Amino acid sequence: MEKLIICTVCPRGCHMTVKGDNGVVESVENYSCPRGLEYAKTEFVAPVRILTTLVKIDEKENELLPVRSNKPILKSKIEDCMQVIKTTKASLPIKRYDVIIKNVCDTGVDIVATKDLK
Amino acid sequence: MYNLKCDVAIVGGGPAGLAAAISAKRQGAEKVLIIERDNSLGGILQQCIHPGFGLTRFKEELTGPEYYGRFVDEANELGVEYLLNSMVLEVNDKENTIICANSELGLTQINAKSIVLAMGCRERTRANIVVPGTRPAGLYTAGSAQRLINRQNVMVGKKVVILGSGDIGMIMARRMTLEGAKVVMVVELMDCLAGLTRNRVQCLDDFGIPLKLAHTITKIEGHQRVTGVRVAPVDQNKKPILEKEQLVECDTVLFSVGLIPENELSKKAGIKINPVTNGPQVNQYMQTSSPSVFACGNVVHVNDLVDNVSKESEQAGKYAALYAMGKFPQATGMAKCITGENVRYLCPHEIQLCDESQKVTLYFRVLRPDQNVKLVAVSGGEIIASKKEFRVSPGEMCSLAVETSKIANGEVTVSVVKEG
Repeated sequence: MEKLIICTVCPRGCHMTVKGDNGVVESVENYSCPRGLEYAKTEFVAPVRILTTLVKIDEKENELLPVRSNKPILKSKIEDCMQVIKTTKASLPIKRYDVIIKNVCDTGVDIVATKDLK
Repeated sequence: MYNLKCDVAIVGGGPAGLAAAISAKRQGAEKVLIIERDNSLGGILQQCIHPGFGLTRFKEELTGPEYYGRFVDEANELGVEYLLNSMVLEVNDKENTIICANSELGLTQINAKSIVLAMGCRERTRANIVVPGTRPAGLYTAGSAQRLINRQNVMVGKKVVILGSGDIGMIMARRMTLEGAKVVMVVELMDCLAGLTRNRVQCLDDFGIPLKLAHTITKIEGHQRVTGVRVAPVDQNKKPILEKEQLVECDTVLFSVGLIPENELSKKAGIKINPVTNGPQVNQYMQTSSPSVFACGNVVHVNDLVDNVSKESEQAGKYAALYAMGKFPQATGMAKCITGENVRYLCPHEIQLCDESQKVTLYFRVLRPDQNVKLVAVSGGEIIASKKEFRVSPGEMCSLAVETSKIANGEVTVSVVKEG
């Protein structure tokens, strides 16, 4: 299997070609730096993303809490995680980086607050 | 009228105003006051819940709230004061006064020793680009939709077409998809992406959202609510090819078609505006044509990275503080910054020269993309600074530092030339 991957590590945006099968990388072409090579491999085997969204607040109907995953999350798990986050309500007061959902969908990643809310 | 006094008054509590306030305080200004029209500090970053901020400044990828949160914490520690829910109506550069309307104090006059303008920018709208059709509900600028969804818990629509492939538009495409809406397509007039490639990959490609380059919306349809838009490809002159027009059904249209510095106050005060950037003309201290007034951030020129905004705002805050304390550097001369080959504008627009030499960083944008180029600064017929760049594009700000002692004839010309 061959896959074209556009690097997002820096604005240069190298167009890299990765070859491999069943999640095993055989070769990477047209990368320009070690970070790009690493990105291409991850993106081919199991792409990850930082997930950011909002969580409702128990005490205040129209206020929302911005949250993020504290680590990159598997792209394939993002939809499942969104379903859990959508049904979660946080309680005040909240400090930045308070854990709102621990180990979301067994990904080993926590959903944390990105701002203080009183 | 209610009266307040301060050393440095800052109009706007977004990333530019916050960085300027912190820096003014650190420089020794006693009373630093931010005047903000919203009910909280942070400006536009409050609705930018996505990551991608702070990579240059903090060497880590932060979301908007995390980025401004760090600045608010620091401002609070240093004792920066602020007036929220206050709309500035007038800046008077002769008297150094600001008049604002505050919901509790009423009309308030602020007497300052120096003023920093940090009002940011606002979005271009449908009216700015003139899209034919009806005027139904369901038309939003990408940023107002972002505020409604991310701050006010209001979902703006279910089936969306986005005009413009700017970063805010693409980020909203992802946001709306995550919230359960269907983004039918992103339509871009130019034949290349307007925003960053990483946003195309992570916001469009990840969700299979089609990007229609060299296309535009030719008509908006619907009476009470948008029912659809007509989309057509454009020729080399960006004229729509109407024979190929197609109807695309949707209930919402988002416009992500550029930003304009918000300078009504600056213009009313008679501050000199640069016709290319639409922002105040400034020197390296971010001082405007009015000596007691400084300006920084997107009100001067639209930046692509908030990290840059913070950096230039620190400069504005520092020198506004020095001005207020009567310690502003004495100028012995002035040099004009001139745009050469493939340079659209330069910021600062002029450099104050003093006895001591300084390193001044010039920020600029190119007119068209290029590869393997050299950024060159020439003064008095000599190359005084140069830097190689693998790739330049209008969407990414370039910079080049010059040593003021090397400037001759009161001029510096910056060009982007092909290598070899």
